[in-house]
Amino acid sequence: MSRRRAGRVALAVLGAVHLAALGAGFLAPYAPLEQNRMLPYAPPTPLRFVDADGGFHLRPFVYALSEDALDEGRYEEDRGRAVPVRFLVHGAPYSIAGLTARVHLFGVEEPAGLFLLGTDGVGRDQLSRLLHGARLSLAAGLLATLLSLGLGWLLGTLAGFYGGWLDAIVMRGAELFLALPWLYLLFAVRAALPLHVSAAQAFLMVVLVIGLVDWARPARLVRGLVLSARERNYVLAARGFGASDLYLIRRHIAPQTVSLVLTQAALLVPQYILAEVTLSFLGLGVSEPAPSLGNMLAALQQYHVLVSYWWMWVPGLALVPVFLAYFALSQALPARGEPA
Amino acid sequence: MTRRLVRRAAHGLALLAGVSLLSFVLVELAPGDFFGEMRLDPRMSEATVRLLRERHGLDRPLHERYLRWAGSLLRGELGFSFAYGQPVAPLVWPRARNTLVLTATATALAWSVAVPLGVWWAARRRRAAGHALSALTALLLALPDLVLAFALLLLAVRTGWFPAGGMVSLGHEGMTAAGRLGDVLWHLALPATALVLGVLPVLLRHVRAAVAATLHEPFVLAARAHGVPEGRLLFRHVLPAAANPLVSLFGLSLAGLLSMSLLVEVVMSWPGLGPLMLEAILARDLHLVLGPVLASTLFLVCGNLLADVLLVAADPRIRAEEG
Repeated sequence: MSRRRAGRVALAVLGAVHLAALGAGFLAPYAPLEQNRMLPYAPPTPLRFVDADGGFHLRPFVYALSEDALDEGRYEEDRGRAVPVRFLVHGAPYSIAGLTARVHLFGVEEPAGLFLLGTDGVGRDQLSRLLHGARLSLAAGLLATLLSLGLGWLLGTLAGFYGGWLDAIVMRGAELFLALPWLYLLFAVRAALPLHVSAAQAFLMVVLVIGLVDWARPARLVRGLVLSARERNYVLAARGFGASDLYLIRRHIAPQTVSLVLTQAALLVPQYILAEVTLSFLGLGVSEPAPSLGNMLAALQQYHVLVSYWWMWVPGLALVPVFLAYFALSQALPARGEPA
Repeated sequence: MTRRLVRRAAHGLALLAGVSLLSFVLVELAPGDFFGEMRLDPRMSEATVRLLRERHGLDRPLHERYLRWAGSLLRGELGFSFAYGQPVAPLVWPRARNTLVLTATATALAWSVAVPLGVWWAARRRRAAGHALSALTALLLALPDLVLAFALLLLAVRTGWFPAGGMVSLGHEGMTAAGRLGDVLWHLALPATALVLGVLPVLLRHVRAAVAATLHEPFVLAARAHGVPEGRLLFRHVLPAAANPLVSLFGLSLAGLLSMSLLVEVVMSWPGLGPLMLEAILARDLHLVLGPVLASTLFLVCGNLLADVLLVAADPRIRAEEG
């Protein structure tokens, strides 16, 4: 597969993933915080198309869990109680872009449960939490990238364009920020912020911390590019015609940095998603009960979860296709400054 | 050569001083402090908390606190841990040593795999093996470190071949010297593997790119025309010429490994800087947060110095420049 083709596939994958995360409330059959204390670590509910008599059904169905087995502490399907999967059902309320709705893409009628990816320790549906968690983690990655690239681009452009003391200050500052391994830096900045905050505050805080800590790398790359760009003949000519600095930057310098910025974005987003996951995993980011891919993975620190419940790995494994897609995207963009 | 190193060392020291100021200001800007948490305790009166803060100088202005802290840095104490009630240095150094053991092992392993494999990959980029390596590194690159660490942990728990965490076994003190070394190595295997697998794809890709770029140089064609055997050509002629970008990558790889080991240490309960720092953040023990930060910066500065020495040794062009 050529790089461009791979890039297009990657874009499609990323589009689908982000759309799914955005529509988490609609796609998820349950609310992410809804608990079923009686069903901890229930295994994924199998979707059935063929009933006990061998008849095929176009509408998928599931079997309800057997009450007798539950009393003995086992999860077993009750073959006598088939429950059809309904589409566009009413369920827990959720809001997308400020609109509140109750319609879910699919679901089953009550006593039966539809846990396509199983449940966690307090019986919350993993799929619903995965979708909502992905929304938070992906958004954190994107916003942090916007922030860090924006700041890095601004400082890099100013430093490269004006040179002199501004350049010296920015570059010395960048050196300082790069002298620290970045997770240590992230932790140090995180240490300066309050520990017990609400989920929304925590989300904002994580985005700010990640975005502000890592401006130095993009700033350096942009500065290098601007240094050479401002010496181009047409820039000098425009300057000779009396163009203002702002005009020069907007019209001649900025367009040359676009491909670098895009490539950097494709490289940075997965890194920042991972940073959010790491912080939340360690209890320094978004904390329970709000789902993030990171705090969902924290359950794996318990021995029995690590060994017995494979579906608790899904939040981590779900990141693999996303990262692969971002990687393919960064390769497909015209590379500059970074070896392929 | 000496002058270059002295200059670099001085630069490193300046960086350390700068980082100490930067990190101190960042951390001290924090709203609330260690004693702030005590106010929630009904047994502590306002006055006691105020007295404690005064005794530890927390009521002084920022620059005075920095000077006090910088003074304790110079005395080698690295500040004072409120949670442990003792200077930070004796808490940090043993942990820093363990982190160093882990990251140094991982660095050595990763590079000794990445260089030969990367050179080999560059030489046969367009063949099946090259494509397979491409796919494999892409997959490794996309696998979150966290999942990698947990997968290795699962392997340890399932097979019992490796210990599931820690740095030494229970009877460690009673072992012979060789036994103790073997014990540590046995515990080192999994965290080191996690780090190596995490950093290897990046290194491999860079080594391949650097070598592939050099392969087109005229001197390679000349050497080939002279009948220099392929292996000698790659490792004796091409690799040193391609070394320059790789050396700056050495510093970056070290930074990446240090970051990654923070996480891996927590997951695999390796008694390094990671768990200590996490605990310090959760306790708001700010000087104890700064200790690991400075230790990691020190490692990075030393690593970059080492890279510089290596570069001078590997690249004759730089020796010629220096005269």
